[in-house]
Amino acid sequence: MTDRPIKVLIAKPGLDGHDRGAKVLARGLRDEGFEVVYTGLRQTPEMVATAALQEDVDIVGLSILSGAHMTLVPRICQLLQAEGLSDVLVTAGGIIPDDDVPALKAAGVSAVFGPGTTIAQVADYFRANARPRD
Amino acid sequence: MSPPAGGGADELCATALAGDRRSLAKLLTAVENRTTLAEAALRRLYPLAGRAHLVGITGPPGAGKSTLVAALVGQLRTVGRTVAVVAVDPSSPITGGAILGDRVRMQAYAGDRDVFIRSMAARGHAGGLAATTGAACAVLDAVGFEIVLIETVGTGQSEVEVAAAADTTVVLEAPEMGDEVQAIKAGLLEVADLVVVNKGDRPGASRTASQLRAMLGGRRGQHGPPVLITTAATGAGVPELLTAIDHRRADGALSDDGAKRLARADAELRGALADRIGRRLDEPGLAAARETAVRAVAAHQLDPYTAADELLGSLLR
Repeated sequence: MTDRPIKVLIAKPGLDGHDRGAKVLARGLRDEGFEVVYTGLRQTPEMVATAALQEDVDIVGLSILSGAHMTLVPRICQLLQAEGLSDVLVTAGGIIPDDDVPALKAAGVSAVFGPGTTIAQVADYFRANARPRD
Repeated sequence: MSPPAGGGADELCATALAGDRRSLAKLLTAVENRTTLAEAALRRLYPLAGRAHLVGITGPPGAGKSTLVAALVGQLRTVGRTVAVVAVDPSSPITGGAILGDRVRMQAYAGDRDVFIRSMAARGHAGGLAATTGAACAVLDAVGFEIVLIETVGTGQSEVEVAAAADTTVVLEAPEMGDEVQAIKAGLLEVADLVVVNKGDRPGASRTASQLRAMLGGRRGQHGPPVLITTAATGAGVPELLTAIDHRRADGALSDDGAKRLARADAELRGALADRIGRRLDEPGLAAARETAVRAVAAHQLDPYTAADELLGSLLR
């Protein structure tokens, strides 16, 4: 059954309270046929990893606008790998300077989506790059 | 990437039973997607299930189901008991997509191995649950969780399926849910084993509870369900609710020959039978006969009942 919906976790790690973007993306992905687990604001890296594990998501999308991405994102990638979730696609979005992107990719992030990215671009990327499903 | 049906299932079951949460999550995905691995796993796990208390939490959208589930999880952890949650949210009838938002209120338990929370999309199934929710509960039961809380989609008046899936059905209402006539309408409130008026700190909570108590007397002089008041956001009334839930076990609601478990077994058996008949009808041997029957019924040369009898006849031969 490869036609089952792709399951995505949209998470907002850290302390910024700006969740409009994450909610718009969650809603947009719903309209694109994804099953979206939305966990709300102020997630610790451990909460994100636990949710990814228990929900068996195909993709983790992290939204960060606080500037703490260089601390939080590598930590989340580490925890996911420690849980054996290295086949889960990790992407990040929000306000992330171009200069930081190579380091994030080295930490395990597959793509970084900045301002101006359309829902369709994200959805197409997710469909093309999600792990093969059983 | 799908592992060979038999072997993969055995290995996943063994690791899940040994406590590996990733294997458990993978099993639940297989169950949701109705893979062949899932059926092999359920054959193995079903004999181990039946010990957990399955508790359905249902009620209209916004009544506080997720908040109450989170409060119950907190109370259960305070007393050292293990708990799993299956939280169902609706799927879009247009795109099949879904927002699974129940974890928002349940994030305090990251890293606690004795809490396992799983969201499920209803995937077009009406009735307040997903078609595979019962099987998912059986898996969580088999791996040893003492209580499985089943949170339904926000319900209207008639999504009563949870009553068949759970040992105990808790129906949530918010204060001022309506007048007494709402309380005597057929449907959701009829299947309640426990009724909870949540948001107990709002005006009208105790009046709503009294109205419900007055109107929910049982059939033919039996007692109606207990009506409790909780404020899930603060935890008020939650220990009392857990006590009432535990009383259900003492009252025999979980016994193998109790009406609820027999009804559930009957529903599971009928579901499996219908599923198998459906699959047999798609097999090459019967597909031609079915195609002929479909054309005859469409042309009104044959009525659907006679056609069904004939197909069933060839199925059984």
